[in-house]
Amino acid sequence: MNFKIIGTGSYVPDNVVTNDDMAKIVETSDEWISKRVGIRERRVSVNDTTLDMGEKAAKAALENAGIEGSDIDLIVAATISADAACPSLACMIENRIGADCMAFDVSAACSGFIFAVETAMGYIERGRAKKVLVVCSERMSKLLDWSDRSTCVIFGDGAAACVLEAREDGFYDSVIHAKGGNDVINIPFSDGCSPFYKAQSEEKPYLFMNGQATFKFAVNSITHDVAELFEKTGLTKDDIAYVVPHQANKRIIDFASPKTGIDLDKWYVNIERFGNVSGASVPIALDEMNRKGMLKDGDKILLTAFGGGLTSGALIFEW
Amino acid sequence: MVFEKVAELIAEKIDCDVAEIKEDTKFEDLSVDSLDITEIAMSIEDEFEIEFEASPDMKTVADLVAAVEKKVG
Repeated sequence: MNFKIIGTGSYVPDNVVTNDDMAKIVETSDEWISKRVGIRERRVSVNDTTLDMGEKAAKAALENAGIEGSDIDLIVAATISADAACPSLACMIENRIGADCMAFDVSAACSGFIFAVETAMGYIERGRAKKVLVVCSERMSKLLDWSDRSTCVIFGDGAAACVLEAREDGFYDSVIHAKGGNDVINIPFSDGCSPFYKAQSEEKPYLFMNGQATFKFAVNSITHDVAELFEKTGLTKDDIAYVVPHQANKRIIDFASPKTGIDLDKWYVNIERFGNVSGASVPIALDEMNRKGMLKDGDKILLTAFGGGLTSGALIFEW
Repeated sequence: MVFEKVAELIAEKIDCDVAEIKEDTKFEDLSVDSLDITEIAMSIEDEFEIEFEASPDMKTVADLVAAVEKKVG
């Protein structure tokens, strides 16, 4: 059993924050951010919660698929910036779209969409689900230390969703990796206010990232995951219509793409407008490509992502 | 030997004439930022088949070459 994506949707907040705007908050410049990361602007939520954005993306995907929330029999959400520890984002999206089905979250940071699709595919293969809603929503702005210029300029807020439908035809294969550790990327929770807990951490509850180590992990992950997936599937670069990479840093894409042998013009890049939206980056790009009419029946699309965990993965599916 | 190879990798990265790169050339003068150095370090790993990390203390080409020579032995 395989799947086809029968609908995509995305939502980003209206509030556009340019690099010049960021230069008013921290000591930075449009030139530095553009050259260093490839971002010109990002969206930052003013009123939208993570759930609000996820709901709007989910409804857009359902509309694009021409189905109702009640047609969905599994919701898998991926987020690291949920509004609540409980209920899960997936359960709250179920509530907002009028679905009545299994719903749960997965946590794999910027690799979230790949891990969520892989999970969904497991249910599809076992015959447990026929129409799956995969949603990624991130309000990264709440996880950032807005006085840290090395991280706060990189991220943006947004959400995207896809409806997967079980099909006999089509193609799917993937590679998924995790290399546990928090020394490269870490976003600790606060310790809470228990009067009994004595092991209070001195870490701030904000995103920490070792930029150079992340860069190296990202480039190596893309290179190895794509090579491993080609070896596993027997496919080659010529079989791939588009690569949709996680939009973390334009320079990661520029440096990694020649190592995969896949021409840079097949790599879809929109980081200049949205920044790094963690797990939502890949499906936001996919929705843009769908709505631009770039994707044709039978196109093999390669998704590749990497992030905190450390996690990484790549998958190929047929449009 | 190590210097010549490292100079080639730097020239390739920043798209300049290899003759412009001397041992005492500062990265700052080549407009090489820390991500460029990370990229160069990764190319060094491939070229010399070693595990290699760039460090913020590497200010000149000679600093980089010395660190590579230490690894190569």
